[in-house]
Amino acid sequence: MKLRSVAIAAAAMLALAACSSGTDDPAAATGPLEVKYYSVQQPTEGWPLVFGKLTDDYAKTKPGTTLKVEVAPQADLDQKLQLLASQNNLPTIFNAPNSNELLQQMYDAGQILDLEATLKDLGVFDKLNPAAVELVKKTQGGKLLGLPLELNIEGIWYNKKLFADNGITAPTTWDQLSAAAAALQAKGVQPFAASGQQGWPLTRLIGNHLFRTVGPNALADIKDGKAKLTDPQYVAAAQAVADLGTKGYFGKGVGSLDYATAQDLFLQGKAAMFYMGSWAVRDFGNPQTNKIGADNIGFLPFPTVAGGAGTADQTPMNAGLTTVVSKKAYNAEVGAWLKYIVTNYGDRALAEIGLVSGFTANPPADAGALTKGVVAQIGATKQPLLWFEAQFTTKATDTATKNVTRLVTGDMSPADYMSTLQKAIDQG
Amino acid sequence: MRSMLGDKRAIAVFVGPALLVYTLVMIVPIVWSLGYTFFDGSVIGGFTYTGLDNYRQLLDDQAFWDSTWFTVKYGAAVTIGQVGFGLLLALLYTFYLKRASALVRTLAFFPVVLPTVAVAAMFTKLFAVAPQPGLVNSIASMLGLSGDRDWFADSGSAFIVLVLMDVWRSMGFYAVLLYAGLVDIPDDIVEGARLDGAQGWRLVRHIILPMLTPILLSSVIFSINGTLKVFDSIMALTGGGPGDTTSPLTLYMYKTAFSFGDYGYGSTIAMQLTLLSLLVTLMIFRYSRKDQNR
Repeated sequence: MKLRSVAIAAAAMLALAACSSGTDDPAAATGPLEVKYYSVQQPTEGWPLVFGKLTDDYAKTKPGTTLKVEVAPQADLDQKLQLLASQNNLPTIFNAPNSNELLQQMYDAGQILDLEATLKDLGVFDKLNPAAVELVKKTQGGKLLGLPLELNIEGIWYNKKLFADNGITAPTTWDQLSAAAAALQAKGVQPFAASGQQGWPLTRLIGNHLFRTVGPNALADIKDGKAKLTDPQYVAAAQAVADLGTKGYFGKGVGSLDYATAQDLFLQGKAAMFYMGSWAVRDFGNPQTNKIGADNIGFLPFPTVAGGAGTADQTPMNAGLTTVVSKKAYNAEVGAWLKYIVTNYGDRALAEIGLVSGFTANPPADAGALTKGVVAQIGATKQPLLWFEAQFTTKATDTATKNVTRLVTGDMSPADYMSTLQKAIDQG
Repeated sequence: MRSMLGDKRAIAVFVGPALLVYTLVMIVPIVWSLGYTFFDGSVIGGFTYTGLDNYRQLLDDQAFWDSTWFTVKYGAAVTIGQVGFGLLLALLYTFYLKRASALVRTLAFFPVVLPTVAVAAMFTKLFAVAPQPGLVNSIASMLGLSGDRDWFADSGSAFIVLVLMDVWRSMGFYAVLLYAGLVDIPDDIVEGARLDGAQGWRLVRHIILPMLTPILLSSVIFSINGTLKVFDSIMALTGGGPGDTTSPLTLYMYKTAFSFGDYGYGSTIAMQLTLLSLLVTLMIFRYSRKDQNR
């Protein structure tokens, strides 16, 4: 008898445990709107900060509206989103997954909104910069799924003083860049700072070299199968970057340098050049981290290559990690909030944190010279370029960024690097 | 007592809860994972049955064979290091330091309780070359050697650092384990052997090691199964790099399933790791049985 009651109690506990994982249904929620934002940035920085300020303002007309930010490390983002999506429990808005395949799957499964249609319905589609929309569509399967909450150009930032002290003028061609690096190296100045641990700051150089030699379609051709990375002009780009590495221009231990340390090398005046996106301007403007002074930093568009088809007014651009809207959580209330956000985001992001976004905005009069420079460069860009891995699968991207340190340390030949990468692409 | 254990219901009550937990946390996931190996797709896009495609892909996958080879190489090197140095430490405790060994034992055990990520961060700094040279490179340059070696730039030296770190991290654990075994060896046997003229290496080889075999064997099984499944120390120290040259099966499996979203193929790789661990354990058990029959 006792045994049976124990068994019944155990069964009851199991049943309870099984039931407790139920989730609350947002559709049934009444009362003021709570927007949940699942983001890789902290509530005190970047997009969540701007969203928070805008939501506070919005709450003045719609009392009680709040933004709840939950932070996920970027490396865990895709896994968490898959988990939430499989539980049908996605937050109102969230950062698009790193993996484009996953983003497309989520769209195909009806979990996220096509924002072009949504924003047109809300009548605020014109608040987006058309070039930014084009850029996002190119990387998101021809649809606007994510909001371009930032718009970055990429290029080489250089230390003006180090250049002047060593009698170097800003290079505009690849040969001049190599010569400048050689001259700096000879004077004992590390020419470039780059994070090999991240990998992409190095692969970007290969990609841009390709855009300058083969032309803006260099990597679209790879995706469409019209060219192979093992073709001579593609291997030549890997060779050009490998040469910079084997000559020691990236400094010692490039493979294990992390992002922050590489940036510190540049901002402490220990390295003369730094390839990076304009998001770094936020850090350049911080005197705590920037010991060389914001006025001392200049921007070089990626140099042209002699005989190449690309030109200097084609600028590598990206919209960062975009933010998407859950289809399930979307309703009229969220729509009204979203309309307010989209209408005001551009100006607010610039005013609040000097963030240039893919939304129409007017830079405030007190914006820093670097920020104004970025806005001007975006305006002057004839054709935006994507980055090296933009149209690769996640696996090929991983192959590219992990092996590039072996390329620049001479551990892997350019031909091997490109053929390994082509194999990863072919596997799909 | 016998009447109690003869009662099937009583057995069910005693064994049931543990069996239930074991089934839920071990058997079900393994079978589930085995099921995934015949499918392709993801939790969001849905799964499609592909039969043996994943296994066929495995045979042609150079990255898989490279990872398997690395796993075996790493498992062998670290197991030999951990148990070997553990044994040497244990012998040091019993025969040299004797009662004064408490401090050394504590110090040697200390790394065991440190979190792997902290240890890895420390080794990264020890072997660093930039932005500042680490301790190892500084000492090398003091000795007149090249002090700007990038230890993590090629697979050979990265492997050495990995093995060093994992041996350092856990030899204290095996030392304590083996020390317990050594303490258990009756003093009169050792004394008798000494009277018969066995000293030093001969004493260890003919008396100590045979008496220690059961504990030594458990240590090897512990160690090899731990090292075949290594994940955290490699993830934290080299991330599998440079390239994928220090990527064990676990890391390859993790990346395939969770970064590339290919659960089917990831499960297929995991299954091979399970088989590998099973194989190694069976081999050791067989050897031990033969040994006991002798």
